[in-house]
Amino acid sequence: MAAPILRRGFPGGRWALVWIHGGCRHRNGAPTGPTHGSTRGRSSVAQQSLQTAQKPRKGEHKWETVVGLEVHAQISSNSKLFSGSKVCFAAPPNSLVSFFDASLPGTLPVLNRRCVEAAVMTGLALNCRINKKSLFDRKHYFYADLPAGYQITQQRLPIAAQGSLKYSICTGQRRSQMVTKTVRIKQIQLEQDSGKSLHDDLRCQTLVDLNRAGVGLLEVVLEPDLCCGEEAATVVRELQLILQALGASQANMAEGQLRVDANISVHHPGEPLGVRTEVKNLNSIRFLAKAIDYEIQRQISELENGGEILNETRSFDHKLGCTVPMRDKEGEQDYRFMPEPNLPPLVLYDTSCLPAGADPQQVINIDRIRDSLPELPSVTRDRLVGEYGMLPEHSFVLLNEVGLLEFFQNVMKETRAEPKKVTNWVLNTFLGYLKQQNLAVSESPVTPSALAELLNLLDRKVISSSAAKQVFGELCKAEGKTATQIVSEQRLELMQDREELERLCHATMDEHPQVVMDMKGGNPRAINKLIGLVRRASLSRADPTVIKEILERKLSP
Amino acid sequence: MLALKHGQITPTELCQKCLSLIKKTKFLNAYITVSEEVALKQAEESEKRYKQGQSLGDLDGIPVAVKDNFSTSGIETTCASNMLKGYIPPYNATVVQKLLDQGALLMGKTNLDEFAMGSGSTDGVFGAVKNPWSYSKQHREKRPLNWLIAGGSSGGSAAAVAALTCFCWDYRHVPPCLVLKAVLNRLKNSKEIQLLYLFCQSHTECVSSEYLVPELSGEVRSLWSQAADLFESQGAKVIEVSLPHTLYSIVCYHVLCTSEVASNMARFDGLQYGHRSAISVSTEAMYAATRREGFNDVVRGRILSGNFFLLKENYENYFIKAQKVRRLIVNDFLNVFNSGVDVLLTPTTLSEAVPYAEFIKEDNRTRSAQDDIFTQAVNMAGLPAVSIPVALSKQGLPVGLQLIGRAFCDQQLLTIAKWFEKQVQFPIIQLQEFMDDYSSVLDNQKLTSVSLQQ
Repeated sequence: MAAPILRRGFPGGRWALVWIHGGCRHRNGAPTGPTHGSTRGRSSVAQQSLQTAQKPRKGEHKWETVVGLEVHAQISSNSKLFSGSKVCFAAPPNSLVSFFDASLPGTLPVLNRRCVEAAVMTGLALNCRINKKSLFDRKHYFYADLPAGYQITQQRLPIAAQGSLKYSICTGQRRSQMVTKTVRIKQIQLEQDSGKSLHDDLRCQTLVDLNRAGVGLLEVVLEPDLCCGEEAATVVRELQLILQALGASQANMAEGQLRVDANISVHHPGEPLGVRTEVKNLNSIRFLAKAIDYEIQRQISELENGGEILNETRSFDHKLGCTVPMRDKEGEQDYRFMPEPNLPPLVLYDTSCLPAGADPQQVINIDRIRDSLPELPSVTRDRLVGEYGMLPEHSFVLLNEVGLLEFFQNVMKETRAEPKKVTNWVLNTFLGYLKQQNLAVSESPVTPSALAELLNLLDRKVISSSAAKQVFGELCKAEGKTATQIVSEQRLELMQDREELERLCHATMDEHPQVVMDMKGGNPRAINKLIGLVRRASLSRADPTVIKEILERKLSP
Repeated sequence: MLALKHGQITPTELCQKCLSLIKKTKFLNAYITVSEEVALKQAEESEKRYKQGQSLGDLDGIPVAVKDNFSTSGIETTCASNMLKGYIPPYNATVVQKLLDQGALLMGKTNLDEFAMGSGSTDGVFGAVKNPWSYSKQHREKRPLNWLIAGGSSGGSAAAVAALTCFCWDYRHVPPCLVLKAVLNRLKNSKEIQLLYLFCQSHTECVSSEYLVPELSGEVRSLWSQAADLFESQGAKVIEVSLPHTLYSIVCYHVLCTSEVASNMARFDGLQYGHRSAISVSTEAMYAATRREGFNDVVRGRILSGNFFLLKENYENYFIKAQKVRRLIVNDFLNVFNSGVDVLLTPTTLSEAVPYAEFIKEDNRTRSAQDDIFTQAVNMAGLPAVSIPVALSKQGLPVGLQLIGRAFCDQQLLTIAKWFEKQVQFPIIQLQEFMDDYSSVLDNQKLTSVSLQQ
């Protein structure tokens, strides 16, 4: 059966795929306005997209949208980028701050090797050119959570550049075609994270926690090849998966390990790019998509009403569902970039140019890192399709849902059922239940073993398909019973005794001569009715296919 | 060191003598902090080590003072600025740690121009440093004048050493790896305590022609020439060389230094440490007030200049240009050293020390531009250099010359410098008569001092 895989309004808000119709041409007209906590905002965009497929009304102009992303991923490492302080989420405030992190005068940075490796891995996974020599710079601005008054980053010559990331979206009239698109990666750079400011408006004060100050970040700058919120959401999700597969970052947006800034502008086709606004610090994929789509609409509406777009920084108010200008970013800042005088150029090697007798602890060999890269999500998906014969869409869902792939693979280990059947059960019955109950895979009451056992019973035709669903429902209650126990308790086993079934069929036929007459008369629905009657008589313990076969044989002369 | 080793004087005795001298020369304003208790405790430990024959090395028990822009753990470090008054670092600067690991006694923190910006040690918040030679018998006999500046920015250290209160280390632009290696040597007078270096022979040295500037005093020029002759007479080959880009080094330094200052000083905002203004209307207001209150005009001036040069529209024309000029300066030196030269001989200053009243007639920036001329290019090139007092001028004031060595060849440079110092036999300062109730500070011990400028 067809798998209704994509569901809107997932609590987690993660889309495996993107439904886009006819590209991202937006009809002019009133903006969607603030959406009040519903997820229908996205669908209104889709509706508008649908209408562009129709003939445009007189006087309408199409708009092209340009979206670029800057993604900041916290590097998964024991210590910070330039100091030995521990990296740890939710530690007591200011408990992970070294002298260097606090910018005490006279302290100097020391580069963390693990962070460099994470950057190289990410660069390789995104098909970038790894710069064998990269430089560190200071970016100056005053802010309470930036103790030194500057951030050490890589503006001039970053560690990796000019890569690409493939992603898949669904297009077409019935959203059934999967299209692979590519977004170009401009560069990847190493930089310091800032501390955290907590504004206490009640007491007119700001509390500063420097635990995060100096943690290593990978900034991934994407070229503005995207055109809407859904594309951005997909790209970010794919990037998340890649970073997690590499172990370069845990990329958990809710914990602030992955932050995205979006640059958005609109223009008429053929005209130059419009003024762009920046929407900052979006920390969930759902908000990312909403914010981008809202901002696009806002800009279109503003321009169509004769207004102009300011080159400004905005944030997303998720309660109101709209972007608002950020209070303290006034005008364009001059960051007064300067080379970081306390750090030499970062030099990386590959096998061909590795200096002889080099201490492996002191050098980084790009080739060695490339050889030890783990399997990337795109490869995993291809493998799943190849190995289990599932549709590509299925492989996306398996990877996009946290823990689902592992669950699936564990079920596969313990069952002899056909992969397609397992896929179907995991993606529909199992996942459907989880979504309904708003549970993560890790919170599932049904273990992989339990599901595997159930599927084995089904596979051995011990129970029917409908009985299996019933058993599943019981398993979800998590009363500690196994599938086998439930089947036995509720007497759900299929009748194994062929003769008994034949007798039952015979008896039923005798009891309902009219239906038999209809059958003989060629009424196709009659046989189904008879099958139903037999099943009821068997207390649902007979396999409909077998019943049908017996009845047909009996009725044929 | 010999005397210490042989027990002719104990570390505690030496320490106490130095502390006493510090007290008596307090009017020089050379010290910001005197760490008496710390020094005495360290002396006690040093003594124990000597008794057990387990001295840490040749610096064990030797009194040192550290310029107050080096972090000393648990001891106030002010950089002669309101911004860091009361700031007590939780760690030692690397060079300080290395000294302590060798058993040196920390007598205190010496005075300087605020944040080491200046050439007279006149612009720190604790007041100007007075040159001890102002009060020396040698000078006062010739022409008793108003007190003289000690030079800068490390004037406090210079004065402290010159007044024989300790052996100091301070660096204008410190390469963190520069550590002195002192080696024991035999002396005619076994009671002498000296900082000693290996002796080597036969070197080629050079005299730079661009350094022959019109402002150079006749006396200095003459001494420079005599020194060159000295080297030649001892078998060194002396040639004149050209460092054509030297004349751009002041301007080049001004751009690059102020840019780095603007950047490095950005951390002083009153939030984590140091002075914080009482103004709390907003974070930005607090920053602005803190920095205005904490920094003097000189520092603020450099920050503003530096920020100007780092602006997007200026970066290419100023910062990048200055870096290119710096490369040319570096290459000047490289070419000279690659042609077989071992060491360069130049004056250190334009003239002898000037009276404070004269010095303050021009502002800090002007004075720095004038006075740094011989030493600036060396900083740009990142080379080791040493200033040696050579002779007394007609006014009875010290005149020094500078020796510049190859990159990372500190040992060779110091060896040559030591030999040179021995040759010129610069006289000991006679402060005795000026200091009223001095006991025999110079009784059995003669303290020679070396002040390093680079």
